[in-house]
Amino acid sequence: MKDSLAVIWAIGRKDLLLEIRNKDVVVAVAGFALLVLSIFTFAVDLNQANAKLVGPGVLWAGIAFAGVTGLNRAFALEVEGNTLEALMLAPISRDLIYLGKALGNFLFIWVAQLIVIPAFAVLFNLIVFRWEMLVICLLATLGLSAVGTLFAAMSVRVRAREVMLPLLFLPVVTPLLMAAVESTGHLVHGRSWGDMAQWLQLAVAFDVAFLVVSAFIFQHILED
Amino acid sequence: MVSQAIKLAIKAESVVKNYGETAVLRGIDLQLPPGEVTVLLGSNGAGKSTLLRILSMLTQFDSGSVTVHGLDLSTQGPAIRAITGSALHSPMLYSDMNVRENLMFFAELYRLEKVDDLISEYSQKVGIQDRLDDRVRTLSHGFQKRVALARAMMHEPLLLLLDEPESGLDTGSVGRLDQIIDDYRSQGRTVVMTTHIVEHALEIADRAVVLKNGNVGLISTSSKAEQSDILAAYSSVYDK
Amino acid sequence: MNKVLGFLDPLLIVSAALMGVALYLIFMWVPTETNQGAVQRILYFHVPVAWGSMMGIFVVSGSSFLYLWKKDEKWDRLAVASAEVGVVFGAMMLLSGMIWARPVWAVWWTGEAKLTTALILFFIYVAYLMFRAYFPPGAQRQRLAAIIGVIGAIDSPIIYFAANLWSQAHPPLVTGPAADADSALGSDLGAVLLMSTLAFTFLFIYMLQTRYKIRKSEDDIVELKRASNAVEASQA
Repeated sequence: MKDSLAVIWAIGRKDLLLEIRNKDVVVAVAGFALLVLSIFTFAVDLNQANAKLVGPGVLWAGIAFAGVTGLNRAFALEVEGNTLEALMLAPISRDLIYLGKALGNFLFIWVAQLIVIPAFAVLFNLIVFRWEMLVICLLATLGLSAVGTLFAAMSVRVRAREVMLPLLFLPVVTPLLMAAVESTGHLVHGRSWGDMAQWLQLAVAFDVAFLVVSAFIFQHILED
Repeated sequence: MVSQAIKLAIKAESVVKNYGETAVLRGIDLQLPPGEVTVLLGSNGAGKSTLLRILSMLTQFDSGSVTVHGLDLSTQGPAIRAITGSALHSPMLYSDMNVRENLMFFAELYRLEKVDDLISEYSQKVGIQDRLDDRVRTLSHGFQKRVALARAMMHEPLLLLLDEPESGLDTGSVGRLDQIIDDYRSQGRTVVMTTHIVEHALEIADRAVVLKNGNVGLISTSSKAEQSDILAAYSSVYDK
Repeated sequence: MNKVLGFLDPLLIVSAALMGVALYLIFMWVPTETNQGAVQRILYFHVPVAWGSMMGIFVVSGSSFLYLWKKDEKWDRLAVASAEVGVVFGAMMLLSGMIWARPVWAVWWTGEAKLTTALILFFIYVAYLMFRAYFPPGAQRQRLAAIIGVIGAIDSPIIYFAANLWSQAHPPLVTGPAADADSALGSDLGAVLLMSTLAFTFLFIYMLQTRYKIRKSEDDIVELKRASNAVEASQA
């Protein structure tokens, strides 16, 4: 168990080191999401009522689409130098590779949100800096990276992987996105835990289901 | 039956691998005892690299069975990978980390101890001790291959798999490589390698396996009498 | 003689006969529903094809799971056959539903839970087929496709739960003649619906079986080509 955690952390830390040097993924995710938010500031008349109505949806749609580019990038890096194969050569079970990569992706999307959410608050004039938002972001990011890591690893060998990943990823994460949008909606309307409880429970169920299933299923993915 | 399998370093039985209409391996049978250096020969597309990738567990075979030191390849993966070291076609290194960081990362995955000692020992062996703090991106292909070799050997595997290890290496490094292979043999460990330089291969190898169209064309120990057979078999394949 | 009869699969005969009866019942026998008018007859198609697409999803996920477990080619063939037939049924369900909803609900589409779920699942299984088309051939393609099949199955109850929760928070705006009308249709509707569903079930099974056989032939052709390549290579 201790060894497993050490291996997961080693892979995650390695991704972190590369990300600090290259800044590939975080910049892609944050940049893309900021762009989506900015486009909507003039695509929709953002009076206070409208902002509360469309804001949460725009935010999470932006993060989901931006997440796809980031996930694509994260796995492309591992494939360019064939280093994914070096991970496969190590005497560790494949689920640890999955969990390590998912940890890295989780951190990247999470950090990107630290940039995107304040920008969202400013552009849409909404108050979102509350504990509830932190929990929503954590749960959503966990699920996005759990499913995204699995599908990014699967799409790596596909001819048109930039197209394939979103087509697989977005429908599957729809329930999670609904949960994030609805919870954020309650939040911007000034409501609290009680109103979003069901959605947060749904997000937890989604995260647990896909983390466990993906880790279990990952052994079938890597070898050609 | 089992004890015989354990005696063998590699035992492959009717291994088949297809990619759609292309059959890469059409039923490979192979028995290699430990402590020997085996060289896989054959023209491009004969299935050498695929066989090495199967032994390294990067590729799944469609049917057949493979054991490595008595361990079943399809069920005992992590145990086999712990005793196998592979330096295949691509160096498989993170180009934005330096050599030391790469080696330390892989040492962590293999749960090795005294990593600093290991790194200095193996970097000496392959001759990269002066480049440890250089990013892999800045290294020439030959240096990258040496780093890959160090990575493959750091956990002291019983079985070393090398795919064209001498390509891109200068003469000095090829000498070092031969030394490493000799050491492995004298320690009773096993080396399986592919190459295109037949004459050199026959000098260092105990056994040659010629693959042809995904089948084993000829297996032999490299006594002088048989060397000419191998050369003949090999060139008859290679000319096409 | 055999050549002609060869096409007349017993399943085809049964589904054609049932379909004939169903069509008679739908267009000649059952009275026009008073509230919605003639357009209500679309339901006699919509419900059976929706049922067919559900069977499709069920078979894809079941056989995908069995493929991962047993690694037997036949489960992969069944999965791909079922995905293709299921997606066709799914498309018919979505289109027939929209055509019915426009006059009856006064909208083409709404955020009702079953609609949302059906649409998302439709996208997942379209992605399943696209993935198979884009991925290079080999056993890995089948393993990965099976994984998508299994993931879709795990996702579907979560999607339905989420869509349900969502439509409770945002009640669908439905204003047409069916908005407040409870089923005033009586037992005639039930009988016709049952007959039609039976006919479409047999049609589904027939299409599934046919696609499975074609798939088998495709695999046989690949194997033959592989063998002929081998002969060529050894003669060269």
